[in-house]
Amino acid sequence: MIDPSNFDMRVKFGHKYFDSPVFTASGCAGSGKELSQFFSLTELGAVVTKSIALKPRSGRPTPRMAETPSGMLNSIGLQGPGIDQFLEDDIPWLVANQARIIVSISGETVDDYASLARRLRVVPGLSGIEVNISCPNVENRGLVFACDPVASRDVIEAVRRNIGGELPIIAKLSPDVTDIVEIAGEVISAGADGLALINTLLGMVIDIDKQRPKLAGKTGGLSGPAIRPVAVRAIYQVHSKFKNVPILGMGGVTSGKDALEMIFAGASAVSVGTANFGNPTAAIKVKREIRELLMERGFNSISEAVGVAHNE
Amino acid sequence: MTSINKKAQQRSVEIISNKKVGAYHHMVFAVGDMATFAKPGNFVAISVGGSNSSMILRRAFAIYRSSDRGQYGGTIELVVAPHGQGSKWLTGLNIHDHVDMVGPLGVNFGIPTEPVNALLVGGGYGSAPLFGLAEVLKERGCRVDMILGASVAGKIYAPLEGKRSVNSLTITTEDGSTGNKGKVTDVMPELIKKHNSEIIYSCGPMPMLAAVDNLAEQFGLMHQCAVEESMACGIGVCMTCVLPVKDDNGVIKMTRSCIDGPVMDGSRVVWNSNRQIPEGTWGAS
Repeated sequence: MIDPSNFDMRVKFGHKYFDSPVFTASGCAGSGKELSQFFSLTELGAVVTKSIALKPRSGRPTPRMAETPSGMLNSIGLQGPGIDQFLEDDIPWLVANQARIIVSISGETVDDYASLARRLRVVPGLSGIEVNISCPNVENRGLVFACDPVASRDVIEAVRRNIGGELPIIAKLSPDVTDIVEIAGEVISAGADGLALINTLLGMVIDIDKQRPKLAGKTGGLSGPAIRPVAVRAIYQVHSKFKNVPILGMGGVTSGKDALEMIFAGASAVSVGTANFGNPTAAIKVKREIRELLMERGFNSISEAVGVAHNE
Repeated sequence: MTSINKKAQQRSVEIISNKKVGAYHHMVFAVGDMATFAKPGNFVAISVGGSNSSMILRRAFAIYRSSDRGQYGGTIELVVAPHGQGSKWLTGLNIHDHVDMVGPLGVNFGIPTEPVNALLVGGGYGSAPLFGLAEVLKERGCRVDMILGASVAGKIYAPLEGKRSVNSLTITTEDGSTGNKGKVTDVMPELIKKHNSEIIYSCGPMPMLAAVDNLAEQFGLMHQCAVEESMACGIGVCMTCVLPVKDDNGVIKMTRSCIDGPVMDGSRVVWNSNRQIPEGTWGAS
């Protein structure tokens, strides 16, 4: 077996290299500060920030959360300070702490995404943009761009036009579609450098004592180990069609074994999301275990292992 | 906006005692130097269900007491109500079992710099953090009066050693099975006048805290309350434990109870929001 220090953990999205294949999932790492209490953010491939909108958002009423078997429903509703305060507070702190940063953006219209991209284009210290077109916690289901191939394409084209050619764009897709490969094809041809697979699935829990939905927002996004097989399936399907497009795999990654399933299915890197809630050091554990498990299996790098489940 | 408790740490801790007391369990954990940093009002977050559990979220518990020296080194004590699956699992553990604990978390109760007359009001097992608070206040030379309320006698948590740190203890139960029949707020006005209370500390269910705050406002008293919102992480990353709170400029913001609380200035909390986003909240659509 090779020396662990020689194992190549680097991954690439667009023109950017990242030293670690483990990222935090958007909306699951706060502003970065909170987790930095438990480990150095430089251990991560990058911090993927909460999805930021043009204006402040209060988010949805409470209860916003329901635990489900091996998972949870959330209905946060993209609570956040808006792009101005985000650029004033969150980004300088992350830069000062030497974290790599992928900013996740969210809009209600194609123009919102275009404006956000224009704002971010001139911000130093960023390593990429995640375009969240798939948050399920919006009032109007029609606003989930990722459910419509044309809307998905329009958003990614607008971001590409406004962000310039340097920063990689990662499009975050929803598994709640008939054919995720078709949506993936649209965003790739519109200029996405990579794909984030998957966002949460739309779900509901009923409180049988109150005889009403448990969440104030009625529906919420299902995350955690419960959705991992859905994520692995989506990654496998998309990778088999688009071998050269890097995928950031996510959906219930809690251990190195979980990450390996996604890497073998075709993910170049993984994001740890809900697992951060149960274990603040989950991302570090996943990173350590990925290296151990891949070395045990004779791999010398992450990139060698990507998509091997597709081999004949 | 504040950030996570700088003293927070994650560690595997050993259970050294687990005793049923009335409707609750009193549990003691050997936590090393985590105890040194724990203050009244802080809480801990514990993983439940074991390594193959389908319960993926931590459970948050207010710290009842902490001690930084003793036979087992530093210890943290909790009073756990076995209501849900997670707390039932925890209270079912044995001595020498280990759990994964993160703590101390959250904002603690503020302690007055001068000796004052303090009134402590607790509901159900919400009384737990008030006993540690009472000890600290007594050490500072404060007069400490306490009111504990619950629906029935079995849900009052008032251990003998706790009673020693208060000047007076008044109990209320809604069914009158012990103490005064009624709610804590029924006896509060009289006690405030009798003991010349200058500050109110409270902990318990949200409707009780709202009623206590209403009286605090009527009497023009400072009110520090530990709010109770369900949490998924306890460390500020999940955004589920929010409630509407006015900031320094009077702007209502959906504020995390794990990081900006659980102890809050009662006059800042928007109590009558009825689980809606209050009109005028920052970022409300």
